[in-house]
Amino acid sequence: MRWHLHDCRTIGLAALLALCSEAALTQDATKGRTFSSGYAFVEMSGEELFANVCAGCHMPDAMGATGAGNYPPLAQDRDLEVARYPVDIVVNGRRAMPPFGDMMTDDQIAAVVNYLRTHFGNDYRDAVTASDVKAMRR
Amino acid sequence: MREESREATVGVKRRDLLALIGSIAGGSAMYQAMTSLGFASESRYEGPIRLEGDPRGASVLILGAGLAGMTAALELRKAGYKVQVLEYNARAGGRNWTLRGGDHFAELGGITQTCEFEPGLYFNPGPWRIPHHHRALLDYCKRLNVVLEPFIQLNHNAYLHTSRAFGGSPQRIRAVKADFQGQIAELLAKTAQRGRLDEAVSKEDQEVLLQALRSWGALDQDYRYNASLMSAEYRGYAKPPGGGLAAAPMPSDPVVPADLLKSRLWRYLQNFANYNFQATMFQPVGGMDMIGKAFARELAGAIRFNAKVTRIEQNEHGVTVSFVDRAIPTTAQTATADWCVCTIPLSILSQLPLQVGPAMKAAIEAVPYSGAVKIGLQFKRRFWEEDEAIYGGITYTDLPIRQIAYPNTGFNRTGRGVLLGAYLFDGANSYEFTAMPPAERIERAVEFGATIHPQYRGEFENGVAVAWHRVPFTLGCSGDWSDEARSQHYRNLCQIDGRIVLAGEHASALPAWQEGAILSSLDAVSRLHERVVKS
Repeated sequence: MRWHLHDCRTIGLAALLALCSEAALTQDATKGRTFSSGYAFVEMSGEELFANVCAGCHMPDAMGATGAGNYPPLAQDRDLEVARYPVDIVVNGRRAMPPFGDMMTDDQIAAVVNYLRTHFGNDYRDAVTASDVKAMRR
Repeated sequence: MREESREATVGVKRRDLLALIGSIAGGSAMYQAMTSLGFASESRYEGPIRLEGDPRGASVLILGAGLAGMTAALELRKAGYKVQVLEYNARAGGRNWTLRGGDHFAELGGITQTCEFEPGLYFNPGPWRIPHHHRALLDYCKRLNVVLEPFIQLNHNAYLHTSRAFGGSPQRIRAVKADFQGQIAELLAKTAQRGRLDEAVSKEDQEVLLQALRSWGALDQDYRYNASLMSAEYRGYAKPPGGGLAAAPMPSDPVVPADLLKSRLWRYLQNFANYNFQATMFQPVGGMDMIGKAFARELAGAIRFNAKVTRIEQNEHGVTVSFVDRAIPTTAQTATADWCVCTIPLSILSQLPLQVGPAMKAAIEAVPYSGAVKIGLQFKRRFWEEDEAIYGGITYTDLPIRQIAYPNTGFNRTGRGVLLGAYLFDGANSYEFTAMPPAERIERAVEFGATIHPQYRGEFENGVAVAWHRVPFTLGCSGDWSDEARSQHYRNLCQIDGRIVLAGEHASALPAWQEGAILSSLDAVSRLHERVVKS
C-alpha cells in the first residue's frame, strides 16, 4: 500500500498543475459537496475545510470521539487560545495526526484555523494570516 | 560433502553446477545453492522460527489479537511460555477483517452500519490481497489450513478511466497498454532508423532492437503501429474472429498518441508493474478473515476479548497492564506477566500511560496514521461479467472513488454480486469520504461509479463503508512513516525496552501489509526469547 502513497502524491502534483488552467473538479454531479482532484485539498473556506477534513476524526460538532484511543474535542478548547499552537499541529501534525502542510496552502490552513477558533464555543478573534502559517513550516 | 563439491566445482560454470545440484539433490538444495551464489533474491522469511532453549515457565502478556499478536502468542506458547492475549474487539484478527450479511460495525461518531449482503457474499475492509513473495503469511496460511485462491490484480478487460479524456468513456486496459507500448515502440524504431541511437547501440544490435520493438509493440513491416490484425492481437478487435461465413476478424483503431499521453491513463500501468502487485497474488477463499479466524482457533482460551488497555507499567520483576472490560468500563482490572509483546497501533499507544524510556516514547510519537476508505456495494446481478466480460481485477479512475474492484471468486454465476466500489488510500479524497456519514459515502460511491458502469443505477441494492480513521480499534489505516522519522526513530521503536517489545506493521519495513505484521512479530519474539534464555 506504500505504493499508493507515492501514486497519489504523483497524481497530486499533476493535478495541481492541471488546476492552474482548470477549475476544481466536480461540484456538478455532487450536490454541493466538493471533491478534490489530487493529493491536495481544493476546498478554500474554513467552514468547508473543517467539514470535509477535520470532521473526519474530530467529528462534525468538534466534540471528538473515543474508541481504543481518543480524538480530542476541539469545541471550547483552551488549547486554541494561542493561535500558533493549532497552526503548528495542522502544518506539521502531532503524534498520529497527519501533517497537512503539503495538502493545504498557507491560505487554506489560516482559513481553517480561523474558523475553528471562532466556532464550536471558541471565541478567539485574533485572526491568523497566511504568513503566520508560512512561518510555521519547517 | 562440502569438500567434495568444492573440488568438483573447479572449472565448472555456475549454471552447470546448479543444474547438477538440482538433478542430484532436488529443488530445495538447488534453491539454497542459488541463494548463496547470488542468483535468487532472498526472502526475509527463513521458514518457521525455532525458539530453542527453556523459558523456565516465563509468562508473556500480548496486547492485541491481530496477526502480529497472534503470531507472537502461537510461537511463544509453542516454545513453552505461558501466554495471555488482551484484545479490544469482541473478535480476533484486528485489521484482518471481513464483513458479511448480518455483521454490525459501529464507527467513531456513533453510527452503526449493518451489512445486508446476501449469504455467501462479503467484502474485506482491510487487507485484501497477498503477494506471492509474502512467504511468512503464506506459510502460516499453509500451516493453519487457510485455503487460497488467485487474486486478480491485472485484468486486461477492466478499465482505465479519466473524466478528462476520451469523452469520459472508460478505456479497456488491454487497449491502453497496447497503444502506449506500440506508440513508444514506433517512436523508438523511428529514432533508431534515423541513426539517432548509433552512439548507444551498435549497428548489429540495432537490427535486434528493431525486431524487439516490432514484437513488443505489435509494429507492422514498416515499424509502424496502426490498425492491423497484428495490433488487434494486442489491443483487441473491432470484430473478433468468428465462425462460418462472417468469420473474418476486423482490427480496431488505436487512439491518437497525443491523446493517450495527455490523458495520463499511462500512470495507472504502474499498478501492474510494481513488485508488490505482480502475479501471482492470492486471497483466502471466503474472505480475508479466514486467516485471523484460523489463528484464533489455535489460541482458543488464550485471548481475552473486549479488554481496553488503559496503562502499561513495568519494573525489574515484570509487567503490569491495566485494562477495563468494555462491558463494565468503571471496574479497573490488571494483568501481569514477566514480559510483554505490545502490538497496539501507535495511534492508540501514543495516548496511553506507558513506562518506557524516552527513545521508544519518542519513536511511538513520531508516526502519523494514514487514512483509507473502502466501500462494498451489492448489486442485483453481476453486470460487470454479464454485460462487460470483466471477471475479477481492478478498474482505475481519477474519480474520487479511485478504484472499482470486481470479485475474484464466484465467476460466471447468475444472481447477486458485491463489488469494491471505492478504495481511497491517503490523499484528499480519503479525508473527504471519511468526513461523510456512512450512508453518504455509499451514495457518492454509487453516483461516481455509475459514470463508469451505468448499470449501477438500476442494479444497486445496498452497501457498507469503512473509513479507517473512524475505526475504533486503530484510529487509522496504518503507520505512515516519513523517511526522516524512520531514520531517526525506527530502531528505537523496535528495541526491547526493559520487559516490553513492540510488534505490528508499524514495526516493519512493509507498512500496511500483513506480512510486515508477521515478520515484525517473529523478529520481536526471537529477540525476546534470546534475552529470556540468556538471563
